[in-house]
Amino acid sequence: MARALTRPPRKNPVLRTRLPTLPPGARSRVALGLTAAAAEGRFALQACRDCGAIQYPPREACHACLSGRLAWTPQDGAGELLAETTLHHSNDLFFRERLPWRLGLVGLDAGPTVVAHLHGDCAPAPARVRVTARLDRAGQAVLVALPEQETPNMADDKQLRELTCDPKFRKILVTDGKTAVGQALVRQLAAAGADLIWVGYAEPWKRFPGFDELAALPQVSLLPLDVTDSRNVRELAAEIGGKVDILVNNAEHHRTYGIANRAGVEDARAEMDVNYFGLLRLAQAFGPAMRARGADGQASAVAWVNLLSIYALANFPPHGTFSASKAAARSLAQCLRAEMRPAGVRVIDVFPGPIDDEWNQLLPPPKLSPAALAQAVVRALQDGVEEVYPGDVAQEWLARWRENPKALERELAQ
Amino acid sequence: MTASLAQLIADLAAGRVRVVDLTQTLAPEFPQITLPPEMGQCWPFRIEEVSRYDERGPAWYWNNFSCGEHTGTHFDAPIHWISGRDLPNNATDTIPPRDFVGPACVLDCSREAAADPDFLLTVDWIARWEARHGRIPARAWVLMRTDWSKRAHDPVAFQNYDETGQHTPGPDAAAVRFLVEARDVLGFGSEAIGTDAGQAYHLRPPYPCHYYMHGAGRYGLQCLANLDQLPPTGAVVVAAPLKIRQGSGSPLRAIALVPA
Repeated sequence: MARALTRPPRKNPVLRTRLPTLPPGARSRVALGLTAAAAEGRFALQACRDCGAIQYPPREACHACLSGRLAWTPQDGAGELLAETTLHHSNDLFFRERLPWRLGLVGLDAGPTVVAHLHGDCAPAPARVRVTARLDRAGQAVLVALPEQETPNMADDKQLRELTCDPKFRKILVTDGKTAVGQALVRQLAAAGADLIWVGYAEPWKRFPGFDELAALPQVSLLPLDVTDSRNVRELAAEIGGKVDILVNNAEHHRTYGIANRAGVEDARAEMDVNYFGLLRLAQAFGPAMRARGADGQASAVAWVNLLSIYALANFPPHGTFSASKAAARSLAQCLRAEMRPAGVRVIDVFPGPIDDEWNQLLPPPKLSPAALAQAVVRALQDGVEEVYPGDVAQEWLARWRENPKALERELAQ
Repeated sequence: MTASLAQLIADLAAGRVRVVDLTQTLAPEFPQITLPPEMGQCWPFRIEEVSRYDERGPAWYWNNFSCGEHTGTHFDAPIHWISGRDLPNNATDTIPPRDFVGPACVLDCSREAAADPDFLLTVDWIARWEARHGRIPARAWVLMRTDWSKRAHDPVAFQNYDETGQHTPGPDAAAVRFLVEARDVLGFGSEAIGTDAGQAYHLRPPYPCHYYMHGAGRYGLQCLANLDQLPPTGAVVVAAPLKIRQGSGSPLRAIALVPA
C-alpha cells in the first residue's frame, strides 16, 4: 500500500529552489497519437484495420501485415506484469533526482508487451495489472501499470504523483469566487485536500451570494482580484505568486449576443478583456514564478487550469462574441502550454457545454451543474490530463466537431 | 492684465487665495458606476504601461489609460440625459467655456449623511441654508457636501450597496427643480458616485437631478473631494471637461479657488 502523503514540511525560504528537469520528451509524429489520447485521459493503441493486430510502440505501418491503415483504438489496459526492475542509477537528470524508480514489462491481453512505470502497489511479477497512459512532466504519454484494484492512498504513490497534478496539499489560486462555478471549485478543491486556496473576487462592493460561506472555509483566503486590471494582477502575483502551485482561471465574462443583435463592441470587448486578456495578464504575472517552481519538492507548481467553453471549438452564433473570446483564449492557452512545458507545469483546458448559470437561462437542459464542472476539474488534476470536455453536451459536440467541423458549424447555426 | 487677474495672481503668490483640489485620484480600484449587468457599462479606469526606460522605449516612461466619460471625478454635460439631448451647446465640445468657471455654494449635509446614507436634500433644507448664508446667486455651482469622499479609500463603503441597491445621499426632485427654476444654478455637484441619490431610481421622476438639471442645460459634477475645505460661499470652482466631440461628460481635474 502506498504510504499516505503527509503534509510536506514547511519550505525553508532561504534554501535554493531546484530547477525543474524533464523526462525524455522526444516523440515521433506517429507516437504523438498516444499523447493525444493521454491528454484526454484515454489509453489508445494502433489497431490494424486490415489484420486486426494491435501494436506498440506506435509505427507508420502494421508490424504484422505492413498495412498503413492503422486506427487509434481505446484500450482497457488489462495485462500481466511479466517482469520488473527497480532503477537505482540513471544518467537522465530527471530520473536521477527521483531514484529509486520501479519499471516493469507488461504483457497486454490485447497482444503487445510494453515497458511501463510501475505503481508501488503492484504486486511482484507475475501479477495482474491495469496499464494506463499518462502525461509525464514533459507533456508526453508514458505507460503506467496500476494495481488491478484500487488500493488505499493510491494517488499518493511517489511515481504516480510525478505524473499527476493532485491538489492534495497544494496551494491553489481560484481567480473568481463570485460565481457558482468558482464556489463549487473552491469547495471541491478543499475537499480534495488543497492546503490553501486563494480566491479572487472583482468589484468588491458588489456583495455576492456565498461570500460568507466561502470565507468560513479554513483553507480559503479571499482577495480582491480583477483580471482586467493589470496592476492588480501584478501586485497579487508579487504577493502570492511564489507559492501558487495550481492556478485555476475561471474568471469569465459571458453575454449572449451575436453580431447583429447587439450594437457596438462594448460587450464583445468586455468578453475579450476578461476571457482573453485576463488570461494573458495572469500568465505574464504568475507564469514566471510557477515555471521556476516546477520541481519545488512534494508540493511543486504543477498545473494551470483554464475554464474555456465548448464554443471555443466552433462558434455558437447566439453566443457568438463569447465563443470568439473563448476561441482566442484557447489559442493563447496553447501558447501558455508551450511556455510552461519546460518547467513541467501542465496547462489543462476545460471545455464545458452550457453551464447552468444565469447567462444560459434561456438555453434548454441539459446544462452542466457547477458542481459537476468542479468535479471534472478536480478529476483532471488528479489524472493529469490536458483537455476535459465535461458533460453530455460537450462530449457530443466534441464528437461531432472531430467527425466534421464544417457540419457542426452548420448545425450550430440552425 | 486686468486688475482682477493681477490681483488673483498676487493673492495666489501671497497665499491669500488657496487652490483646493476637488478631484479623486484616477486609479483602477476606484469604483465605477454600476448598472444591471445586461446593460452597457461605463469602463472603470485602467492603465497599461507602454514603456518604462526599457526595451519598449529606452529613455521614456508612459502609459495608455482607458476609462469611461463618467469614470472618477467627472463632469456631466446636458446631452448625458435624454431630457437634455436636443438642447444647443449641450456636449463637452460645445458648452461655452465661460461655464467652466463659477462661484460655489457649499451645502454642508455631512451630519445628515452620516446619520442617514439615503439622506435627501430638500427645499426646506436649502431655505434654512439660505437664511444663514444668503440667497444662492444665479449661475453658481451648488455643491452638496456629505463627506462621502472620505469613504473613497474603501470601495465597499463608498458604493454602499445592500440587497436593495445603493445607498448614497442626493437631492430630492423638488429641491432640484427649485435650484434650476428659482435659483438658476450652473449645476449640481456631489461627492458620491452620482449627482442623484443611490435610491433615486425610486423618485419621481427617476434620477431627478439628471433629469431636471440636464433638461435645463445645467451640469453635474460627481465624485468630488475636499468639499470640507471650502467655505459655504466665496469659493470659485474651475471645472473644464475634456473637449470630446459630442461627449456626454469627462473625467477632469476640478479645482476651487478659496480665500485663505
